[in-house]
Amino acid sequence: MAELNTGDDSKNKGGKIRSKKQGGKVDLTPMVDLAFLLITFFMLTTSLNKPFAMDVAMPDKNKEEPEDVLQLADNRTMTILLGSDNKIEYYMGTLEEPIEGPTVTSYGKDGIRPVLLEKLKSVPQITGDPSKGLIVVLRPSEKSNYKNLVDILDEMKIVDAKQYMIGDIGTAEIELLEREGIYN
Amino acid sequence: MARIKVKRIPASIDMTAMCDVSFLLLTFFILTATARQPEPMPVDTPASIVQIKVPDEDIGIVTVGGDGKMFFGIGGQEVRVNMLNRISEKYNVGFTEEEKERFSLIEGFGVPISRLKQLIAMDTKERIESGIQVGIPADSTDNQLKEWILAARYATKELHNVEMRVAIKGDANETYPSIKKVIDILQDQGVNKFSLLTSLRDEDY
Repeated sequence: MAELNTGDDSKNKGGKIRSKKQGGKVDLTPMVDLAFLLITFFMLTTSLNKPFAMDVAMPDKNKEEPEDVLQLADNRTMTILLGSDNKIEYYMGTLEEPIEGPTVTSYGKDGIRPVLLEKLKSVPQITGDPSKGLIVVLRPSEKSNYKNLVDILDEMKIVDAKQYMIGDIGTAEIELLEREGIYN
Repeated sequence: MARIKVKRIPASIDMTAMCDVSFLLLTFFILTATARQPEPMPVDTPASIVQIKVPDEDIGIVTVGGDGKMFFGIGGQEVRVNMLNRISEKYNVGFTEEEKERFSLIEGFGVPISRLKQLIAMDTKERIESGIQVGIPADSTDNQLKEWILAARYATKELHNVEMRVAIKGDANETYPSIKKVIDILQDQGVNKFSLLTSLRDEDY
């Protein structure tokens, strides 16, 4: 039906010269192909090109009452220090008397993730209250980069840690990172 | 032997209707697609598993790239003009109507206020190639980024009556202190919730 009339079949019959009849139908298949190709292109570029938004909530700075800080239970807190060279160091409890660690590890599924998953399970058992789970304190050092921060926040989302916050790193912790050689 | 000839039905179908529909859709997508303006500082955002898309409206994006250079951009032309008005009041720099009009078309910029007029006068290509965009100063002595964010928040609130969302779009290799600088500016203004722009993580992480 929709073929391009090439005019091959309308050969001269009976010696009479016939004027070629121009076919009114053109094969539109390539045109449709092209149109759909373009549609796909525009659809993908409009919606897939948008970046994703990772929402972050920071603890309030609370300038008026700096004394009014929430004391965190030692056995619930895990501090993660972000060092250089894509390395991290973590410890449980306080830096002076760590319950566990400090241990140097890396990002991802072979690094911090099994530790986090294990702690998320064990901490409510230690505290004896399911609502008192693990609290993760993230302390990025000046030598870490933005990717590290996003990676560790992403890790919190992957292991579904409910309580985590970004804090400032202290001098004692920087010294620790320097000793471990992940602050350069 | 008389063979029964199978009548062949032509395999082709009339494509006209399909063509019509596809071009209609094509036109729709072309018209709705927002033309992407070249960014003053192309950054390579880190990947994450988050799959929430960035909203289009009422969002101010602070881009950090190229060793701590700050860029700022906000959607909506009327918001941009309102923001510029506030900034010109603050820094006592007058802008003509034409300059405001031209500024409202700039998606993102990264110049100190003293060079803003120069930037406005350029065309889109020149703005990127001339290397004039050295970043908005965000030091403690001359914190212009803070003023821009504040002005943008006021402008959004006044025009749309919603709180402006702030997103940080940082390069993956940007050091933490420069990101921290932006976070501190936001926290000083009482913005404790903001977004980090990421791309989709596809490798096995």
